[in-house]
Amino acid sequence: MKALRNYIDKIKPHFQKGGRFGMFHSTFDAFETFLFVPDTVTTKGSHIRDAIDLKRTMSMVIIALMPAMLFGMWNVGYQYTLSIGASWSFWQTFWFGFLKVLPLIVVSYGVGLSIEFAFAQVRGHEVNEGFLVSGLLIPLIMPVDVPLWMLAIAVAFAVVIGKEVFGGTGYNVFNPALLARAFMFFAYPSHMSGDKVWIAGLAKGQGVIDGFSGATPLANAAAYQMDKMPSAYDMFMGFIPGSVGETSTLAILIGASILIITGIGSWKIMVSVFGGGLAAGLLFNAFAVNPYMQIPAWQHLIMGGFAFGAVFMATDPVTASHTEKGKWIYGFLVGFLALLVRVLNPAYPEGMMLAILLMNVFAPLIDFYVVEANIRRRMNRTKKVVNS
Amino acid sequence: MSEVKEKESWFSPKNIKLLTDPIDSKNPITVLVLGICSALAVTVKLKPAIVMAISVTVVTAFSNLIISLIRNSIPNRIRIIVQLVVIAALVIIVDQILKAYVYDVSKQLSVFVGLIITNCIIMGRLEAFALGNKPWPSFLDGIGNGLGYGLILVVVAFFRELLGSGTLFGYRVVPVEWYIKNGGFYENNGMMILPPMALITVGIIIWIQRSRNRKLIEE
Repeated sequence: MKALRNYIDKIKPHFQKGGRFGMFHSTFDAFETFLFVPDTVTTKGSHIRDAIDLKRTMSMVIIALMPAMLFGMWNVGYQYTLSIGASWSFWQTFWFGFLKVLPLIVVSYGVGLSIEFAFAQVRGHEVNEGFLVSGLLIPLIMPVDVPLWMLAIAVAFAVVIGKEVFGGTGYNVFNPALLARAFMFFAYPSHMSGDKVWIAGLAKGQGVIDGFSGATPLANAAAYQMDKMPSAYDMFMGFIPGSVGETSTLAILIGASILIITGIGSWKIMVSVFGGGLAAGLLFNAFAVNPYMQIPAWQHLIMGGFAFGAVFMATDPVTASHTEKGKWIYGFLVGFLALLVRVLNPAYPEGMMLAILLMNVFAPLIDFYVVEANIRRRMNRTKKVVNS
Repeated sequence: MSEVKEKESWFSPKNIKLLTDPIDSKNPITVLVLGICSALAVTVKLKPAIVMAISVTVVTAFSNLIISLIRNSIPNRIRIIVQLVVIAALVIIVDQILKAYVYDVSKQLSVFVGLIITNCIIMGRLEAFALGNKPWPSFLDGIGNGLGYGLILVVVAFFRELLGSGTLFGYRVVPVEWYIKNGGFYENNGMMILPPMALITVGIIIWIQRSRNRKLIEE
């Protein structure tokens, strides 16, 4: 550690104004603050002092994502063994998935970070940490077999159009990771939906055993093939086809508890998303006219990307509502709309992505009315006091 | 009026400016944000976009000219309806010509030729320019605005057709062997064909234009 600190101090003058690499100031700054806690102190006025900053927050989310990611890697291998009818050892399975997922992560970080760094250099501000999380979220919500160049374009689109246009991290209207997925979904639908894309090698027709379909539970349900749906236990544990990180509700709940204990993710949003989903599910049960509407409401919560979206996407502090009451409304509507899209619109098997993106747009409006209502309530209170 | 007004030459710098300004710094789409709707609808392919651009240019130029000629005799209270009659007449003529000579394009453009009547650029130029200026400058202003509109249309259509269909003017640009179904690696970007992408493309053009010309950035 000491040697690293000394080395950084030694090369620091080159990167400051007038130095040899002065133009790469923000790049250097990004690496320095990544390795060491910055020692700059505020000298004026009073400030709340806290050990946590944006970089630490983002690192915490990364840690919370680890269970889902590691399980996702194993599941990629496991689904592959199912499709070829082999039985591999645990490490063989994990290693296969690891090698499949790693390129996605590398491409996502490589493309996204180079765009972030380029924009920071041009605009002359520091490199923000926002992409640290988005860069890992994006591979986790993609099918494992997505062509890498498409992923690169989707990441570039999300970072440039979703974030940099609005001014960078903290100014974005939409969740960048979901925007990347939405872009893929609309631009290259044949690689984002259907039965073939969720399992490695299946689209290329690599050794498939008889009777193996590769359809996700959502696709089964949308086609009313209820007998083909996996058991609730399998869906909860995540032994099902799907995007890389979304399948295991258990791994996601471990991540959720990390987020809630450290106070980084809003438990209100998570609870209300699940509540909204449950409410919509019960509503469907009450007015069921087809088999999809009849499946138990709680099963919706462990199918597809619902849990992943609720824990990691809807809670994004930038794009969610900021007021405490607003968070309940925002979360409830996300869950409710997700099920509405999922069950009632056969063209979009997974509604979570569209529901969150839609509510991202409405989050500021919800905040506005919550604040207005608060002002009105307090005005009435003062009026009462004045009148009496 | 004792002094004899000096006759302005037809292509004086001031008149040339009327022609060139709308192409960049007063562009109807990217600066005034008029006529967005048709820019989204007809830019999936280059050919309809160019035909549309020419039609709008013709209609804008001649409606400007006609309204400017009769501008002193139009009662102010019914001027909008008079303008509409002129525009509608011209649009019908254009529509009939398209149907006669380029029937397939006319079918692709379908309702959007008729909707030129409601194109905000035309009404905007009539109200803002033709009602208060002489016929010749009005005519030039109409052509300039039509060209400015057409330029954006063509740029957007170029990217949308190239990336969305892999063709230009209907001719294949991206080789067939590149596609995944033929054993290659490439796939057309389906989102380019959807209207939202036209909006985003126009947005990117606005972004580039304003970062080059900082005077256009609003406070």
